[in-house]
Amino acid sequence: MIDELSNPDIPVPDELKASVTITTLDKIYNWSRRSSIWPMVFGLACCAIEMICTAASRFDISRFGMEVFRATPRQSDLMIVSGTVTKKMVPQIVRLYNQMPEPRYVIAMGACASGGGPFKEGYNVVAGIDKYVPVDVYVPGCPPTPQALLHGLIKLQEKIDSQSLRDVRWYKSETNEPVPVPVLGPDLMDPRQYQLIKQRALQAAAQAEA
Amino acid sequence: MYGSGILAGLGVTLKHFIDSYVDDLKFLGQRYYNPASLNQRQGTRGKGVFTVQFPEEKLPTPERFRFIPFLLYDEKPDGTHDDRCTSCGICAKVCPPQCIWIKRSNDPVTGRPVPQPAAFYIDIDICMNCGYCAEYCPFDAIKMDHDYELASFDRTSAHIFDKQKLDKPVAYYASLRPTDYAAEELVRAEEEAKKAAKKADAASKAAAPVAV
Amino acid sequence: MSATAPTVAAVPANLAEHFPAGVVADTRKGYEGYVVGAAQLLQVAGAIRDKLGYNYLSSVTGVDYPESNQIEVVYHAFKTSGGPGLNFKVQADRNDPVVPSLVGLYPGAEFQEREIFDMYGVRFDGHPDLRRILMWDGFAGYPLRKDWKEPFFEEDLKPFASRWPGGDVRRSEESDPFGANVQYPPEFDPYEWTPETETAIYKLIQPKAGNGNGGHLKTDKLIVNIGPQHPSTHGVFRMVVVLDGETVVDLKPVMGYLHRNHEKIGERNTFLQNMPYTDRLDYLASMSNNHAYALSVERLMGVKVPERAEYLRVLMVELTRICSHMWAIGFLLNDLGAFQTPALYAIKERELILDFFEATAGSRMMCNYMRFGGVSRDLPAALRDENTMDFLRDLVNNRLSYAIDELDRFLTHSEILRSRCIGVGVLPAEKAIAYSAAGPLLRASGVDYDLRRADPYSIYDRFDFNVCTRPNGDVYDRYLVRIDEMRESVRICQQVVAGMPTGGEILAGKPQYNVRVPAGESYGRVENPKGELGFYVVSTGKTNPWRYHVRAPSFVNLTLLGEVCKGHKIADVVVILGSIDIVLGEVDR
Ligand code: SF4
Ligand code: SF4
Ligand code: SF4
Repeated sequence: MIDELSNPDIPVPDELKASVTITTLDKIYNWSRRSSIWPMVFGLACCAIEMICTAASRFDISRFGMEVFRATPRQSDLMIVSGTVTKKMVPQIVRLYNQMPEPRYVIAMGACASGGGPFKEGYNVVAGIDKYVPVDVYVPGCPPTPQALLHGLIKLQEKIDSQSLRDVRWYKSETNEPVPVPVLGPDLMDPRQYQLIKQRALQAAAQAEA
Repeated sequence: MYGSGILAGLGVTLKHFIDSYVDDLKFLGQRYYNPASLNQRQGTRGKGVFTVQFPEEKLPTPERFRFIPFLLYDEKPDGTHDDRCTSCGICAKVCPPQCIWIKRSNDPVTGRPVPQPAAFYIDIDICMNCGYCAEYCPFDAIKMDHDYELASFDRTSAHIFDKQKLDKPVAYYASLRPTDYAAEELVRAEEEAKKAAKKADAASKAAAPVAV
Repeated sequence: MSATAPTVAAVPANLAEHFPAGVVADTRKGYEGYVVGAAQLLQVAGAIRDKLGYNYLSSVTGVDYPESNQIEVVYHAFKTSGGPGLNFKVQADRNDPVVPSLVGLYPGAEFQEREIFDMYGVRFDGHPDLRRILMWDGFAGYPLRKDWKEPFFEEDLKPFASRWPGGDVRRSEESDPFGANVQYPPEFDPYEWTPETETAIYKLIQPKAGNGNGGHLKTDKLIVNIGPQHPSTHGVFRMVVVLDGETVVDLKPVMGYLHRNHEKIGERNTFLQNMPYTDRLDYLASMSNNHAYALSVERLMGVKVPERAEYLRVLMVELTRICSHMWAIGFLLNDLGAFQTPALYAIKERELILDFFEATAGSRMMCNYMRFGGVSRDLPAALRDENTMDFLRDLVNNRLSYAIDELDRFLTHSEILRSRCIGVGVLPAEKAIAYSAAGPLLRASGVDYDLRRADPYSIYDRFDFNVCTRPNGDVYDRYLVRIDEMRESVRICQQVVAGMPTGGEILAGKPQYNVRVPAGESYGRVENPKGELGFYVVSTGKTNPWRYHVRAPSFVNLTLLGEVCKGHKIADVVVILGSIDIVLGEVDR
């Protein structure tokens, strides 16, 4: 761990090596964050079962400091979208995402969460959660085995490692706009699309008349 | 006595707790990162700590494990690839979520279809790893992979596998599924032999019609 | 017809004579049972229940027949004393379908009728609470009608022509004008829309809250939403609870948050293509789902499953039962507050069984193992560095029974568990039957009804096992029934491993991907870990089913959640839900 953190650019005299390590702020910041990612207790479908297995004794997610599953979004760093995202559920997911404090990460676990999966054609299925919230890591598979999920988590750690205090979005002065929560109408409505919906619906009506 | 049930229960946890140390001692420091001990720990007689230390050690994938299909090619002596796939379309028809797209190639001269796919795509954001494509392909040209470490940062560019990404040599397949491979080769050899015998038969008939 | 498939066989010939005005035998090819006139339905159903003794209404579902402009509501009733069932139907005009509700006779029909209303737009006269159940109020259209098309609609039936030979890869989003899986009625204006998703349920439940409770304390009743994102709802499930202090006055389940359109997709798929989808219904018990679906289709096809395949099926299904019960017990304890430890022990045993599934079928959870007329693969020669049979013998003869005993010692006599569970969520036998409860929930109420015994299928008649019942019908008894059933499953597995024929066929006929199924209807059911899992399949003789309906035990078992929870404390609601053991993949489908 010490090796991992130490900064080779700054030489430390041999006699001090036992007691002094020099690191960069970025490194220690990222290292602390990535070693204690707290996921949200958030299971959607079959993939959630594999997520629970990942947390159980065989694959033991606590080896990565991630066993602290929080039931509230306000205390969690990571949302593992584990399963099929349905239209009926997506408003709640977006709301949960908005409630998570920065820095926050999202993993799309499984084919369903990434891009709709086998149920993509279904009328109540959202073809990928990334239509609504930004996703950091996609883990393919149906379901991804626990080891595949662990691999995805390691990927996420890599991503965290590559971030720098200087340009992370959560220390910028401009505020982060929350993602607009979709509304359940005759079908799922994304508030960002209202103009388009209205326009297309009028077009369709005109077409039907002609 | 009130509380004896709880105490008995706690005895069970205590036993599990002690088991993990007994187990550590038994392996004399060889407990982790050692395939033989991994198999023992994960088997029916395993006791004590059950954890697989992923990623340093990995639970071995069984031969039949299925994850995202791939396409097989034979390597010709001159190093070029000979696709096994004949673009017959059976896998695309049988695929339950319909996530296989195949473009048949045509002969540039005659314009007639030739048994080679011009393009082959699998959307792995739809694929349900059911294994039907591998099961029903009559040419053993598509098989299920074992590589599950596919997590990525971007799906739009990376998650539709094209032919280049799907193509893998037969040798790779033989290393993944030695038993299945051997069985298939056996059937293939038998069929070849049958065909050859038929040919020889026909040839001999043609050559010596009087002898029959 | 296969000799071992469950049959809904000959019905008493006198039903049509009894009611000459309203009942005719269903004479369509491959169909069975009776067609009842809507006007006589209540009377006929009453006679079926009280005179003929079919006291258990297992499944209610709809089928759309646009050609005859009718929507048919199909009922399957059984006797809890065992034996074949009775199938009767009501036909309603497609343009304005109205059918009398059977909730008064069989309260277990409540949610199933709501589902038909949701999916087909059939109105049930006299239904106490006819709202959409899987989709939300305000959704446009009745999705399971044959002429309703979803936004990503490509073709009526699979395989789609666009995949081969000219397969240009394309994501469905690219063809939809909104770039997402949505569509809107013409002239729809989103700015004018007021969401009505939540209005109906609050209108229903608000009066019960009212002001003050009339008791010695002047308190307000409180409406609390548990879920859909809540750690103890076992997935995305929601309960709207009216509380008086901590006591539950009323509870309404809200579901559909995982409605993945199994049935719509299933009617587009070919028969074979549905098999991997069934894995994803009750994803803790994929083998049982495979089995039920295979049985109902085999019944139409009339194939005989080879001996060894039958043994393999039973082995897999019983191991699945152990997995599922382990999981249920582990998470019941989680709900009780014994956070993690029991669940971890249970999951550990489950992992061993999953290893076996993975080695045999290729996947831990989504086994996709069974085919029509057999199974897909025989046992592998080796599992890791061990002979598979050795592994299996060790598993069923030593390991699992030890693990179950240990779980028993660990939990059963714990005073905390007992005081939280005994007398909580009591469900009397008559109520359990009336509400069509199934599985451990029913048997814990003392009803001796297990399909493996009551209506034997596969080769269950060859094995020696007990049907486990308990008399009290509370949470503790449900827990005990699960422990007992795991023991019985282990016993069955032991008999299977000892008696399995070596070698021999595992699949009748050649592997076929384009299975043609003779026209007709079929209701195949098995005792899956959660209860009676049934598949109602209608074939028109082609390669795709006309109707593919899942009678999901978790879904029907939820009908009585509100009843059972009333009067208990809020903390007990979570425990009662845990003891019913639902899987949302199956509830919402
Ligand atoms: S990706 Fe597969 S396993 Fe995961 S939720 Fe979707 S269907 Fe279930
Ligand atoms: S992979 Fe096999 S089934 Fe698919 S097109 Fe090629 S040869 Fe046919
Ligand atoms: S594994 Fe199944 S879903 Fe995936 S490509 Fe093959 S047939 Fe299609």
